[in-house]
Amino acid sequence: MDEQQLRVFIDIVSQYFERQTGKAPEVGSPYLGDASALPIYDFTGVIGISGERQGCVYVTAHRDLLRQLLLHVGEADVSDTNLCDLVGEVANTISGNARRYFGPDFMISVPVVVSGNARAIQVPRSVKAYILPLRWHKFEAALVVSLQ
Amino acid sequence: MALKLMIVDDSNIIRSKITRTLTQHDMQVVATASNGEDAVKLFGAHKPDVVTMDLTMPRMDGLECIRALRKIDPSISILVVSALADKATAIQALKEGAQGFLCKPFSETDLTEAMEELLGEDAHG
Repeated sequence: MDEQQLRVFIDIVSQYFERQTGKAPEVGSPYLGDASALPIYDFTGVIGISGERQGCVYVTAHRDLLRQLLLHVGEADVSDTNLCDLVGEVANTISGNARRYFGPDFMISVPVVVSGNARAIQVPRSVKAYILPLRWHKFEAALVVSLQ
Repeated sequence: MALKLMIVDDSNIIRSKITRTLTQHDMQVVATASNGEDAVKLFGAHKPDVVTMDLTMPRMDGLECIRALRKIDPSISILVVSALADKATAIQALKEGAQGFLCKPFSETDLTEAMEELLGEDAHG
């Protein structure tokens, strides 16, 4: 992935929060991470990527961020079921929106949602993952892009 | 009379948002489904006037579901509501028989306007 492609994901995640809540997240400096040391918060939505690019895109977020985000989108039910649903939907939306840049051969899976368990997340071990640290209000999250 | 709506999306949050928005605009949700397969099963029993359709879903995706629904009722109005933001996918959905395409993330206003455009002002009351 080059800098321009990374910028695509930064723009999409910023626009997502801005459109849904009126407030864009603070995006920290992106960094490359090893597959064995990737950030994992309370809930993680993983999208498998196939086609011309292969790998995964995942969004991982603190519980309180997801609760606040749910309330902002008008959903009063902040149960764990809906927190899982939301983190999967955020990951799906960011990955799907990326096709505007990558085209229809950037094929995305349905979301797989993981609650807390980092070992359940599979990323390609042969490539470094780009990590975009996010902070929205005072809560932390990260977008992780691992593409061959 | 309220138009009958079926919502097809694998996200409960999106189904709730569409329900909240469109029931304020003289539409009645008669069925919801989290995948295309269930949508096809429910369609005949509930005979909706209009369907909102996600594309990326388990078991049967949205494009296959649109094809199946159009076989059952060629006159059904379908609004695709999807995160897949590339032009080729939108064009393919329209070729398969959808009449409108709304990209996620969307606001309540975006959805209302897309539905009004789909149905035309007369049909929407």
